[in-house]
Amino acid sequence: MVSLIRKLGHRALNLVQESGSMTLFLLEGLALAFLPPFRPRRILQEIQLIGVKSTLIILLTAAFTGMVLALQGYYTLKKYGSEGALGSAVALSLIREMGPVLTGIMVSARAGSAVTAEIGIMRITEQLDALDTMAVNPMQYVVMPKLIAGLIAVPLLTAIFDVTGILGGYLVGVMLLGVSSGSYFAGMVQSVVPLDINGGIVKSLVFGLTIILVACYKGYYTEHGAEGVSQATNQTVVLSAVLVLAWDYVLTSFFM
Amino acid sequence: MRKGNLELVVGAFVLLGLGCLAYLAIHLGKMEIMGSGYPVSVTFDNISGLKMGAAVEVAGVEVGRVESIQLSPGDRASVTLRLEPGLKLHDDAIASIRTKGIIGDKFVKLSPGNSEKLIPPGGKIRDTEAAIDLEELISSYIHGKV
Amino acid sequence: MIQVIDLHKSFNGQKVLDGANLTIPTGRITVVIGKSGVGKSVLLKHIIGLVKPDRGQILVDGVDIATLRGRSLRDFKKHFAVLFQGGALFDSLNVFENIAFPLREKTSLPEAEIAQRVRLRLEQMHLTSEVETKFPDELSGGMKKRVALARAMIQEPEIILFDEPVTGLDPPMSNTVFHLIRQTHQDSGYTALVVAHDIPEVFTIADQVAMLHRGRIIAQGTPAEIQNHSDPMVQSFIKGEVDFLEG
Repeated sequence: MVSLIRKLGHRALNLVQESGSMTLFLLEGLALAFLPPFRPRRILQEIQLIGVKSTLIILLTAAFTGMVLALQGYYTLKKYGSEGALGSAVALSLIREMGPVLTGIMVSARAGSAVTAEIGIMRITEQLDALDTMAVNPMQYVVMPKLIAGLIAVPLLTAIFDVTGILGGYLVGVMLLGVSSGSYFAGMVQSVVPLDINGGIVKSLVFGLTIILVACYKGYYTEHGAEGVSQATNQTVVLSAVLVLAWDYVLTSFFM
Repeated sequence: MRKGNLELVVGAFVLLGLGCLAYLAIHLGKMEIMGSGYPVSVTFDNISGLKMGAAVEVAGVEVGRVESIQLSPGDRASVTLRLEPGLKLHDDAIASIRTKGIIGDKFVKLSPGNSEKLIPPGGKIRDTEAAIDLEELISSYIHGKV
Repeated sequence: MIQVIDLHKSFNGQKVLDGANLTIPTGRITVVIGKSGVGKSVLLKHIIGLVKPDRGQILVDGVDIATLRGRSLRDFKKHFAVLFQGGALFDSLNVFENIAFPLREKTSLPEAEIAQRVRLRLEQMHLTSEVETKFPDELSGGMKKRVALARAMIQEPEIILFDEPVTGLDPPMSNTVFHLIRQTHQDSGYTALVVAHDIPEVFTIADQVAMLHRGRIIAQGTPAEIQNHSDPMVQSFIKGEVDFLEG
């Protein structure tokens, strides 16, 4: 019984320690963005890796999400005879929840794992040490551009997700199920308010930073060779997905 | 060559993203780019359900948006409307809060009036009708007051 | 001159270095030999400051490197280069960009000058200009080592640390790498610390040999002195005797 409590205590201490060191890691990474050299090219490369390369999967996910939202929404709303509200139902679910959360989860699966693997391999093949010996700060050369790219790319991907989802909903709702085009868009314009948009943007900023932070951190502290890299990659996807959903709850309760 | 490509691809991505963001913010979020139109304030007893960004209509035509909502002294709701520049509101205009359908969104309905004095930008609409509270209506019906 | 004084280091309670003492003379090649996993690489990483000692000091020309911070630490690192075990070439950069990397990061030389210096180093390593545009994963182990050596040499460092420079290479290739080390050392006269367990090839390049065992330097001297050393541990290692008592 005592050993059980001790184990629990050990776990709890570990958790506190890890979140503390992750916070320091984040602060250092962000602070380095304001110190020369600024590395705009590295940031561009990372936007390409995190943003551009995730665009296709985001388009696909978004289109299907919008379509299924329209389908579900249509049959529910039809019971109350208010199919006209379909546009607003689709747009609100996308902008407030589905857009930021699904973008976050897709980015963590697509880009987060890649980031961890890349940095983890740099760790075990001593490329990070090599940077250090050349008097180049690996935090600034490797981690900082990724964090900044995450902050830029994820909100943009979320916006792309929202718009694509709305078009997907239009496809099903209007072209297939016969809701009038006017009421689809007018309803949407009617019911979406600036707070929804701002909330969505804030969420996507937080998610973007969280995912890339976890990915960089797990990669940076990879140990034990190739096995360690695959473990770290796995942990990144699980942890960042859980954190995205947890943050989502916190932020939603904050904005409502 | 590779350098040019990277910049092009990232540029296109950022442009696409910003385009989507702009569509959401301006078209759906009704972000005012230049703050066009003029503000008019109006105080209601009860606005339950009216939100920032909600429509303002005259005879069913949209002529503006709800810009801000605050609690004013005397526990009344002070609402600022931003209206299209060409719209003329007369001194005896009436603002009322209505609902689209039974369960739809709340909006502000204006009857511009026809007295000789106009309400200037930044002015106040004096005659108002509060939101119709469906529950209250039903309960008073049940209790036989109507 | 680099002095390692009474160096102690443990990882997770396991002692790796236990009072190691070593002097690395300027302009010479010092080779540290010892069994795999005995802490040779850890010793090397202490010298460049990648690992911090639990106890003990590293003096480089009389300066304790633990006291260096910020600018002086960056300046200190400019005198060093490290040839890591796998080469540690950057995967995202091609061969040319890898070799040019230290110059692009730490100097403001014009591109033409950089290109000229990179070509010179490639030539020195007997690499053709075709490899310039290749990426590290397209190179063989020996090529990686040579590119990494070219990158280490590009800033004309005063001290180069070699971490297992020939591990995993076939005999002709390891001879090539040793040959290149000897040649570049003759040309530029840098101070070298080589960590290796390749007996007897390392004796051909060493000015001085030290043997690390159980976290201490148990023998130090010229190659001839080490080969005739009286310590049975040294003898059994050099002769490659069967060893069932790991560690």
